[in-house]
Amino acid sequence: MNGRGGKLLLPVLAVLFGFALGALVLVVTGKSPLGMFEAMLQGVTGYNVETRAFNARHVGEFIAQTLPIILTGLSVGFAFRTGLFNIGAEGQLMAGSTAATAVALWVPAPPGLHVCLVLLAAMAAGGLWGAVPGYLKARFNVHEVVVAIMMNYIALFLNNWAVVELFHSGDRVRTATFPASAMLKSHALSALTSGSRLNWGFVPVLLSLFVYWFIIERTTFGFSLRAVGFNQDGARYAGMKVKRNTIASMVIAGAFAGLAGAVITVGIFSFGRALPAAEGYGFDGIAVALVGGNGALGICFSGLLFGMLKAAQLLMQTQGIPKEIASIIQGSILLFVAMKYGIDYVGRKLRPAKAWEDGS
Amino acid sequence: MTILVTMFPIALIYATPILIAALGGLYSERSGIVNIALEGIMMIGAFVAAAVTVALEPNPLAGYYGILAGVVAGTLFSLLHAFASVHLRADQVVSGTALNILAGGLTIYLCQIFFDQQRTTAFATGIAKVSVPGLAALPGLGPLLFRDVYPTSWLALLLVVATAFCINRTPFGLRLRACGEHPQAAASMGVSVVGMRYAGVLISGALAGLAGATLVLTQDIQYSLTSVHGTGFIALACLIFGKWNPYGVLGAGLFFGFSQATSIYAKDIPLLRQVPQDFFFMLPYLLTVIALVVFSGKSVGPRAAGEVYDPGKR
Repeated sequence: MNGRGGKLLLPVLAVLFGFALGALVLVVTGKSPLGMFEAMLQGVTGYNVETRAFNARHVGEFIAQTLPIILTGLSVGFAFRTGLFNIGAEGQLMAGSTAATAVALWVPAPPGLHVCLVLLAAMAAGGLWGAVPGYLKARFNVHEVVVAIMMNYIALFLNNWAVVELFHSGDRVRTATFPASAMLKSHALSALTSGSRLNWGFVPVLLSLFVYWFIIERTTFGFSLRAVGFNQDGARYAGMKVKRNTIASMVIAGAFAGLAGAVITVGIFSFGRALPAAEGYGFDGIAVALVGGNGALGICFSGLLFGMLKAAQLLMQTQGIPKEIASIIQGSILLFVAMKYGIDYVGRKLRPAKAWEDGS
Repeated sequence: MTILVTMFPIALIYATPILIAALGGLYSERSGIVNIALEGIMMIGAFVAAAVTVALEPNPLAGYYGILAGVVAGTLFSLLHAFASVHLRADQVVSGTALNILAGGLTIYLCQIFFDQQRTTAFATGIAKVSVPGLAALPGLGPLLFRDVYPTSWLALLLVVATAFCINRTPFGLRLRACGEHPQAAASMGVSVVGMRYAGVLISGALAGLAGATLVLTQDIQYSLTSVHGTGFIALACLIFGKWNPYGVLGAGLFFGFSQATSIYAKDIPLLRQVPQDFFFMLPYLLTVIALVVFSGKSVGPRAAGEVYDPGKR
């Protein structure tokens, strides 16, 4: 499993395993796996195999669903490159969402500028939320995973409080609708896809993918981040600032997740929401980053893969297939990816024997 | 003071599942395996307990069979975490996250298969509150601990004592702790690190399953996606706040139970009336972050927790 081929093999195996297990669950519970695959096809291409009808709305929804999880994938992936586990994308997203709501409702600004301010505020809030576990890790050597989990819940309840008390939600569930200048909504894109929720959100997402690739692969800063991820002591010995890099990495990771919050709040929705529980975009990001191998291109593709699962959910439900099969598949894929070391270990044990069999 | 007494029964109901799950986490982490899957295991336990209770009612013992089923289901589910993180050297946080996602999906999926809706059917009673005739009349403790109390709360308190004894006073506990502090040293003394870690994770699975079952049968009327609502993560916070020590966990669990109960009673307390409810929900998490900073550098947690066991490492 060396080189590029080996890097691809594991995620592909994990995805196949996940779908196989999902299909098995469907068969055992008396549902049709074919229906699931048809729903996924329809979710991505808009083509309905049964009625032979095409509906562009599904394509638009698929892309709209994919955008935030690519961003949380970038968030988790960025931290992974520095050897940090950002389980806090969920809370950073929520903080970004709250900040986006505040700027959208309170800051008067001309069209064009307003939406940029909304996105920047969300990134700043997400970055701040990421900075807390980053700083505590660097300064007090507290494990970032535990702090980030706690920060997720703090963000959730802070958001709910803000929606009701600060933004004066009448019905305790949502704020007033944002002014059009604050939103990523596009009538043209929506009309093009038969009324889907597709929006300008893909622009910041594409920019983020580029920025991620550029920082990680093309800058000295990105190199020193990766060096810290490979070997902290080595990086410190080479004169790199491990503590500074730890904080910086979490701030940037948080900014990606915060942006995801804005893309959801002012792109898919048009109002701030109080939520009974987190929606799981942060956990999706963990799956996206790990399956995508923490590279920009990989994260983009695995984001599309998990976006497809999300997009197919409603279609499956209408066909009588419980939509939670998507979570079962996603969890299985993640479990399989987690076993990477073990699989590598077994692979290493088998390899010499296999090379000998090949006889070359 | 009187308000604390009035609040105590509610606080105890909230604290019970937190306590039980945190004790589960204690076994796992003391053996060296981080278990952030407590939340997911609780979901599995809660779902199975609710489903079995619904199926067996009106049998008066239905709730207790439900709890038993929840314990078994939690143990089996945690086997996945044990297998992945002990045998296949999985990253324990990734494996735990996978289990959490899997549990949320699987339980609601099965609800739709068995009950044709997003949740289980509501059960009639779950488990009932009981009073101990003689003891309930005791001044002071009687009304708090022996009048109209769920038996699971007694079980939780019993488990605290049992865990303290097991971890601190038995050879099993010593070996378990050794595996969490320095597995290579434990292995050199002939302790099976793999075996101890399996034991730690499976006990945590059984207790988290019990916690989930208790939660759904005492605080809810049915299992739904929001039944467990982060209690597994509060349990994790409770474990840290209690410094990985059974009696510390008891204190932290009761405190977190009170903090949740306060969110209900706050409107009756003049000073707290102004504080929004969400702040009480937030409190356990906020305090845990602060506690982590305060404890930092004193190495209170198991030293090898979260590390993949490498027998060749010195």
